[in-house]
Amino acid sequence: MTNGWCDIKNTDVILAMGGNPAENHPVGFKWFIEAKKTRNAKLVAVDPRFTRTAACADYYAPLRPGSDIAFLLGIIRYAIENKRFHEDYVKIHTNGPLLINPDFKFDEAEGVFSGFDQAAGSYNRDSWTYQLDAKGFAKSDPTLQDPNCVFQLLRKHVSRYTPETVEKICGTPKEKFLKVCEIVTSSYPANKAGTITYALGWTQHSTGVQIIRAAAMLQLLLGNVGRPGGGVNAFRGHSNIQGATDMAGTFEILPGYLAVPTGNLTTLKEYIEAKTPKPLTEHSMNYWQNYDKFIVSLLKATYGKNATKQNDWGYDWLPKVDGNYSWMFICDDMYRGNSTRVGGKEPGPEGMLAFGMNPVAVGPNSKKWIAALAKLKWLVVVENSEAETAAFWKAPKDYDAPDASKIQTEVYQLPATGFAEKDGTFTNSARWIQWKWKAVDPPGQVKSDQEILARIFLAVRDLYKKEGGTLPEPVLNVDWSYSNPTAPDLAEALKEINGRALEDQHDPKDKTKLIKPAGEQLDGFAQLQADGTTMCGNWLHSGCFTSAGNLTQRRNNTDDPTGLGMYHNWGFSWPANRRIMYNRASADAEGKPWDPTRPGIWWNGEKWVGDVPDIKPDSPPGTFGAFIMLAEGLGRLFSAPLNDGPFPEHYEPIEAPVVNPLHPKMSSNPASKKFSTDKDVYGKKEDFPIAVTTYRLTEQFHYWTRHQTNGVLNQLQPGFFVEIPEGLAKEKGIDNGSRVKVTSARGSVEGVAMVTKRLGPVTIDGKQVWYIGFPLHWGFTGPEQHRGPLANTATPSAMDPNTWTPEYKAFLVKLEKA
Amino acid sequence: MSVQGLDIRRSSASVVGSLSGLRVVPTVSKYIDTSTCIGCKACEAACVEWNDTGRIQTEQTGSYQTLPTLHAQFWNLIRFNEKEFDGGIIWLMRKDQCMHCDEPGCLAACPAPGAIVQYANGIVDVNPDQCIGCGYCETGCPFDVPRFHPTTGKMAKCTLCVDRVSVGLEPACIKACPTGCLQFGTKDDMVALGNARVAQLKANGFAQAALYNPDGVHGTGVVTVLAHGDHPDWYNLPTNPHVPWGVKFWKRVLRPLGVAAVFGAVIGAFAHYTKYGRKEVKGADSRDANLPDA
Repeated sequence: MTNGWCDIKNTDVILAMGGNPAENHPVGFKWFIEAKKTRNAKLVAVDPRFTRTAACADYYAPLRPGSDIAFLLGIIRYAIENKRFHEDYVKIHTNGPLLINPDFKFDEAEGVFSGFDQAAGSYNRDSWTYQLDAKGFAKSDPTLQDPNCVFQLLRKHVSRYTPETVEKICGTPKEKFLKVCEIVTSSYPANKAGTITYALGWTQHSTGVQIIRAAAMLQLLLGNVGRPGGGVNAFRGHSNIQGATDMAGTFEILPGYLAVPTGNLTTLKEYIEAKTPKPLTEHSMNYWQNYDKFIVSLLKATYGKNATKQNDWGYDWLPKVDGNYSWMFICDDMYRGNSTRVGGKEPGPEGMLAFGMNPVAVGPNSKKWIAALAKLKWLVVVENSEAETAAFWKAPKDYDAPDASKIQTEVYQLPATGFAEKDGTFTNSARWIQWKWKAVDPPGQVKSDQEILARIFLAVRDLYKKEGGTLPEPVLNVDWSYSNPTAPDLAEALKEINGRALEDQHDPKDKTKLIKPAGEQLDGFAQLQADGTTMCGNWLHSGCFTSAGNLTQRRNNTDDPTGLGMYHNWGFSWPANRRIMYNRASADAEGKPWDPTRPGIWWNGEKWVGDVPDIKPDSPPGTFGAFIMLAEGLGRLFSAPLNDGPFPEHYEPIEAPVVNPLHPKMSSNPASKKFSTDKDVYGKKEDFPIAVTTYRLTEQFHYWTRHQTNGVLNQLQPGFFVEIPEGLAKEKGIDNGSRVKVTSARGSVEGVAMVTKRLGPVTIDGKQVWYIGFPLHWGFTGPEQHRGPLANTATPSAMDPNTWTPEYKAFLVKLEKA
Repeated sequence: MSVQGLDIRRSSASVVGSLSGLRVVPTVSKYIDTSTCIGCKACEAACVEWNDTGRIQTEQTGSYQTLPTLHAQFWNLIRFNEKEFDGGIIWLMRKDQCMHCDEPGCLAACPAPGAIVQYANGIVDVNPDQCIGCGYCETGCPFDVPRFHPTTGKMAKCTLCVDRVSVGLEPACIKACPTGCLQFGTKDDMVALGNARVAQLKANGFAQAALYNPDGVHGTGVVTVLAHGDHPDWYNLPTNPHVPWGVKFWKRVLRPLGVAAVFGAVIGAFAHYTKYGRKEVKGADSRDANLPDA
């Protein structure tokens, strides 16, 4: 979230789309209700299904699964053409005025941006650039009139998304779409604020990142980013998924979203030069200029005394990653038994450690996962109950697993603590790092994750010590100076994440003034150094455990001078305990709040006050742009770094019930990725005519609550079902409560039919399109009477080309009576 | 459950309660705003866990609703209803449980003295010590709430967590509600809250919004905000609930008549005795000739 949960109470308009917060975030949803009750805020729900959120909404509009971009670009068009956008904000705080290279084009007939390489299925982004002046800064037209300025290019790009076209693509009746446009854009005046909330209903598409981009662009146009009651607010799907991502949850990032080095960057200097952006406007604060401080402090935290200036702070020991090591690619390598990503052909992985993850259940195309695991020599699963991954070898017959007697994989299940059985932190969707205390002791010989990790690490290190082996340094040189090396205390780890001075730190303005003696905890990332005199495990979290103590344990819910629910003394909100990111954009050019009743920060003549300012605190208005992490210093209506276009464009899901009405030649995202083994099959609309989406239910949590021994949740939501619109049920002769079978190109799921008025159909391009849906919580382990099909038996292994997130939310099936 | 030490306003099959007159206890109420209920069932789970009602086997039958109706081991049930309305769909969710009527039909119908009580704070409760499991309370309830528990042979229903309320806590369902659509407090406060929310709903286009607090039972200890207040039936609520005429007839006419008849019989017998003396059987002494000798 750019903002926070409590901040939703400050909004006037909420667009809940690509998520069902009432279902999946019921506790946070109280802030929606608060805004409705206290501010009379309007809640608009846009979803293929009439959801629990829709049930509480002031307005609901349906759309077909996978058509969100068309809908959002339609709202953007409406805002621009009806002058319902915040013009001053766009001129001051966005890259709308900047001029783009005239070579940049979008080919409307072919459906691709300039630079597309058909054979590689990827883009050359050279034309997606600004026109630069002699100083290397982007040229600009402050009046927004130049045909090559971002604003005019955007206007042209979205001009195709008329209400009629939106209806043709999304199936949303024109009058409903226009009503949504009217309500959502009502937040454009300076004294109004609107928020957009989403979750995996946007992320899990082959166009996921571009959907979210479209929402961010809409919010920039409406002047809603950086403001109390505004923002683009992602609701995370697990209690600590934000923390996991911050701490390098995916293969391409190090803690704090630093890039994992690639093989071509052979020295730290090359790495830093490649990763540190150059400012693109004269007002760019370009905070990533501190990249060197962040990476050197991280290397010092990782390798301790072994990291020296002479050895590039141990840069050589960091793995250099060439190619894609996202989990689906790893699965593909396992299944094929070889890896070709670095050019040559190498053997695939021979073993896997699955920590806090159940890929057989959560991954798409479950049968491929099961077949892939069956090819491993060993598998270690760290879990608190026996779930599908550890039990893959005894999957029922319809998962096409090899006969158990033929599977050679040696499976170890290490029982691990659940969240209530250990201390530690959760970082919530609002970026609040909050300490939690152990509630109960774990049963039996259950160990915490960190103890399991530590014991494996120490055993591997001992082997390297004894036997040598190829490249032992990355393991032998890791600093492991915890008080209890076999079970590190997580508070100690948090201190390391925060960082401390390794040598005395003096005030840069007054060298005689000691600000941090050696050994003391740092106050925040502003104190980090690139000379090896500070260490920090994650610059973004720095400030969470200072010499004042563990700030994530703070629970002050009374002091809120802002009255806006910021609660600066509750937990710690990264970065720098800031509650609203980009909050400089909450004020106008002079530093006055757009809405004085809801100020984010404001310039008091000497400094910025209010929330923790997201700008140099003593820099007068006009010195720096509001978006300090971007090289432009401005919010991006045009974003070059993405892999599938600087503007979003409607592409059909990889499996779609219709051909893209805009550009039939390029129906789905040209840059999205698919796999090519015999298990990676994709269905055609002729064979699988019904669209489908998958989701969670509030009564269960992911794949594990059905294992709970107390059984309350199983009582509330006892088994798998398929939601089917009344008309389709009638057509197929399916009665409510009867059993149905849903089959995709990859596999079938079978369960109880829930015949409902809450789903479609929609009319797409004159043709009636049906869609159905089913939840994902069941599987072949757990209590006998609460087992059910794995939803992901049916889902496709197609991915967004930026995040490698699978397309769980829109694919094709056929439906029949079971 | 009957809670020791609470004043009792009314008690089944008894002439008076046990109001001590020493305590001034406000009538309490739950507040349910169906327009902000998300049907998350946290209240269902909290009810099951706090009251230790055990686990009953449920099954998916084609609905989000946990059970078709209330159960002796499931006293709190969100009812889900889909309707076509105004060119679109509405999905109504309402927490169903004992309404704690001011004039409780269950209590009126109950023939077992003290088996159903209404405490001074308005909570209507079943006292299992006295309950004879006859099921008459079912027929007296206009909301179809009490259920027979075959194992215990007693009736069971929501107690409004009287054990919690009596020590100053809110009911478990209220405590668990994440959105604040459930509140607990004095009846007056909850009615005021409900009226304010109804006014807001009316201003937002729900012209028929209303607070459900039906007069037919003299108001309920659960006040419910309905966006579609002209259609309580859409929420599985009776439009005009009242204690069944049969129960009223039994309670107000037949039962007093019965009492009168009993007294009449006693008085009649006494009058008969004083007038005619004891009955003499001619030709025999008082011992029954057919009885064997002792």
